[in-house]
Amino acid sequence: MDRQNKPVETALERLYREESRRVLATLIRLLGDFDLAEEALHEAFRAAMEQWPEQGVPANPRGWLVSAGRFKAIDQLRRQARFQALDDVEEPAGGDAWNGEHLEDDRLRLIFTCCHPALAPDSQVALTLREVCDLTTEEIASAFLATPPTIAQRIVRAKNKIRDARIPYEVPGRRELPERLEAVLRVVYLVFNEGYFASSGDELTRQHLSAEAIRLGRLLCELLPESEVRGLLALMLLQESRRGARSDAEGQPVLLEEQDRDLWDRALIVEGEAQIKAAFDSGEIGPYCLQAAIAAVHAEAASVEATDWAQIVGLYDVLLGAAPSPVIELNRAVALAMRDGAETGLHQVEAILERGELADYHLAHAARADLNRRLGRWSEARAAYQRALQLSQQGADRQFLERRLAELPGA
Amino acid sequence: MKYLCLIYSDEKLLHSLPESPRDPECFDYAETVQQSGRLLAAEPLEPVATATTVRVRGGKLSITDGPFAETKEQLAGFYLIEARDLNEALQIAGGIPAARVGSVEVRPVRQLQLEG
Repeated sequence: MDRQNKPVETALERLYREESRRVLATLIRLLGDFDLAEEALHEAFRAAMEQWPEQGVPANPRGWLVSAGRFKAIDQLRRQARFQALDDVEEPAGGDAWNGEHLEDDRLRLIFTCCHPALAPDSQVALTLREVCDLTTEEIASAFLATPPTIAQRIVRAKNKIRDARIPYEVPGRRELPERLEAVLRVVYLVFNEGYFASSGDELTRQHLSAEAIRLGRLLCELLPESEVRGLLALMLLQESRRGARSDAEGQPVLLEEQDRDLWDRALIVEGEAQIKAAFDSGEIGPYCLQAAIAAVHAEAASVEATDWAQIVGLYDVLLGAAPSPVIELNRAVALAMRDGAETGLHQVEAILERGELADYHLAHAARADLNRRLGRWSEARAAYQRALQLSQQGADRQFLERRLAELPGA
Repeated sequence: MKYLCLIYSDEKLLHSLPESPRDPECFDYAETVQQSGRLLAAEPLEPVATATTVRVRGGKLSITDGPFAETKEQLAGFYLIEARDLNEALQIAGGIPAARVGSVEVRPVRQLQLEG
């Protein structure tokens, strides 16, 4: 590429970064096939690379790319004499195939199709990261501790099922929307958590994954500003705001109560709080909104002592009503210990453990250990830390538990 | 009396053994039965990788990838439907009353390849 082409090249690189997923989403709709659309996308960018330096960047580059991609694909299909099906492709009214509104719909269509419940859950995640976020199979593989061929196979299987079982490329109607949206939000939150909580994989990969989840969350909020969409985005933003404070220089986890709150990212907190406010103003509150609201109470408090624990317990009560789960009960018990004292909290934690569902959950034993420690019951604390250690798989969690165990007086 | 004849096979082998049926042969046999006035419907299915299972529990429709896997469940009936796409098929499947206690596996019908 000679010097003269540099500006076009730069423009194309930027366009690829910012627009390639939009163009792809529209090409999938027009061509009805993921692989064909991907090939067409690359052909379109190749054509732009050849033509734009001479002809200049077109007024509507995105529309140009869609047209070029579609043309290339049809051309290729004609050569393969499989073109009949494409004559059935309907042109949107007025011939304005790529106005902004339509394109936004296409991105939403792509997300809903990738997160279709008829696809295996791990395929939904892999396909979303590949098609919507443009992560490579290698990047996805390293984030999920799988091999690239495994991830590639999941993606191929999902695309085949979309084609062979005829999963439609559409945003579900009002009646199905709540359930289908739940599936989309689950995928986005799973991606976020993989980047935020998993101790496997290197920190850079994990940060990238959480950032992608937040990007998806922002996109969904823009396209479909339902209250739970806002709630999930807020929850991710508020958790992400603590990333810099949640581990020390050696990578050891730092508990919420011991974090340096000056390290919390204020810009993310402000953005998250605005989303929660908009969600609560709409009057429809679901589990993501409630979890985000709890995170916001922490974000507002200058210290553990200054935290409004009564409000947190109250929010957990509502959350338990909306989405009962023993893990949420456990979190509520820990908040209760902060509001009413360790004795009351411990009583609750033990009652939950006795029911058995969380008997093998290391954090339940860690909570029991911690409350016993606060009450000065060293031998009970020691036994519970040891049980938590037996059950914990993750290196950083284990080191934390071992440190706590070693800090107990009298060995 | 009506009878349902169910075809089972190892799908990896179905089309690859020396005795494996070819699509035109399957078509011809179905036509013979049809001409005798005894065929009500006959369709080959897409591989099991295209299957989706629908259940209704507590009034909520659950959709999962794959065929039904409960070995304690037995085949109890069938619907052959025409639907625009998988979503419509899943909605209809979810409306089958037995979906409240059992599972409904939804599998696309395959087109026989009669040429070439």
